[in-house]
Amino acid sequence: MNIIVCVKQIPDPASPGALDASTHALKREGKLILDESDAYGVEMALQLVATAGGGEVNIISMAPNGETSGMRTALAMGAAKGLLVSDPALAGSDALTTAKVLAASVTKLGGADLIITGTESSDGYTGTVPEQIAEVLGLPSVTFAKKVKIEGSVLKVDRQSESGYDEVECTLPAVISVTAGVVEPRYPSFKGIMDAKKKPLDVVTASDLAVTPTGWAAAGQKIVNVTQAEARKAGEVIEDDGEAFGKIVAFLENLKLI
Amino acid sequence: MTINNIWVFAQGANGVATTGTLELLTKARSLSSKVTAFVGGDASGFAASLGEHGATKVYATGDLAGKLPGVALSTAMKVIIDGGDSPDVIMFPQNYEGRDTMARLSVKLNRTVLTNNIDLADSTDGVVATTPVFGGNILVATAFSGPGPHLVSFRPKSFVAESASGGAPEIVAVAVPELGTQGGARVVATHAEQTTGPKLDEAAIVVSGGRGLGEAANYSLIEDLAKLLKGAPGASRAIVDAGWVPYSYQVGQTGKVVKPSVYIAAGISGATQHMVGMKGSKSIIAINKDKEAPIFGIADLGIVGDVHKVLPKLIEALKARS
Repeated sequence: MNIIVCVKQIPDPASPGALDASTHALKREGKLILDESDAYGVEMALQLVATAGGGEVNIISMAPNGETSGMRTALAMGAAKGLLVSDPALAGSDALTTAKVLAASVTKLGGADLIITGTESSDGYTGTVPEQIAEVLGLPSVTFAKKVKIEGSVLKVDRQSESGYDEVECTLPAVISVTAGVVEPRYPSFKGIMDAKKKPLDVVTASDLAVTPTGWAAAGQKIVNVTQAEARKAGEVIEDDGEAFGKIVAFLENLKLI
Repeated sequence: MTINNIWVFAQGANGVATTGTLELLTKARSLSSKVTAFVGGDASGFAASLGEHGATKVYATGDLAGKLPGVALSTAMKVIIDGGDSPDVIMFPQNYEGRDTMARLSVKLNRTVLTNNIDLADSTDGVVATTPVFGGNILVATAFSGPGPHLVSFRPKSFVAESASGGAPEIVAVAVPELGTQGGARVVATHAEQTTGPKLDEAAIVVSGGRGLGEAANYSLIEDLAKLLKGAPGASRAIVDAGWVPYSYQVGQTGKVVKPSVYIAAGISGATQHMVGMKGSKSIIAINKDKEAPIFGIADLGIVGDVHKVLPKLIEALKARS
């Protein structure tokens, strides 16, 4: 069982986001970290390979500035090797180009039995890349997987739905996107962190993968305006003195809701 | 450009068109006189309603027989587009089926996608979609620059559904072609969670709990309060990820968008991801022990206090009234 996990390295969500003044794109400067929503996919892959009793987990990612610190986290968790596509010409790529690059990366690694992604990134959240990768590779896909197991050559997934969940069976190879909370991601051990520094992590360009970058000019979309939304104002804030519940009762009464 | 032909990805549940579908049709008919509803399933029960809301034509695939909608519907759409009915814009709802179908279709047509939008305009810049970023504090307007069909998805409740005096639409049956390897996934069973009371995204009052509740057992305070107020209980992503409540309770960017008369946030600090899903509420009441919590920045009434003390007293006071 060989699994490839697509991961994204993003600016630390704890620091406030900003848009670049000239391109209006999300600023992605400085150190990038492993998107927390991708840690679930890495953990899921490690568990599935362990259950299968053989194979390896490989990591692919695309980032504009050769950043690998987030990928090292995934390697420290137990992934075998990484492939990073880093090319200034890819800056400003839309989700479709990203999917083409990641699909070409999967092929470069020789394919896999299963390709795992998150449902959407925490910084851009377009949310279409998993299904787009599957379409580029001509594979079936199951998005929003909340429980995954493999029986022989059949993938069995509990897929989240609007009202509950669906049981889905799928042939392999396939692409799945996994929801947060699907498994508990492990913390890298000290040994894992030290080992990760020596694990292979290739850095390639778009042309190495024979993908034509669209970049800003040909992404098929152009930001034409950025405006401040009408802000919601803060109202009354009070410290609870033991009687603050009365304020809520009065508030609801005032609106004729009770 | 001028929009002459719009498709709306339309959905029904229990023989009724979803509210989200009617919202998109209402917007579509304001932009184009030719509006087509594409239904992945049987549309016979609600085609008239689609017509009343602006659809002049309905494509319907009939039952998908366990095929996953993303691959099945995008393949069916591609056949129609190649056959000559190529729309300028296809509007999708931001949900599982809409997102999967749009993503597959974007590869088939080699077109970009714009997701998470709240508005669409036909302007001198072209077809322009507006999306809120950073918790909705900033609005980004993006124009499609290439040829159509332009693929664009919308957050629920972006538009208000209004019926017009539209007549019965033309109904055209659409076949789903053989899907090959890509169609290797099948739904073998469906499970619906039991819910009582109003639906989360339709309730007049929503009471949501977060990490500040301390432990899963304390979520009963949220359920009790919601029940007393005839509202629906909701949750932050943090406690859904922690497994305290099912995903269907989640309010926020990756969960439900709610716009109730009153939203009560208990033990929720107000992460961007949560605020996006509830800041459209008419009134917001927040209870949190951290007076610096971002939620107080948008609350009409903020109580700096311990939810374990405030909620039980509030519940007692409401019980005493009924």
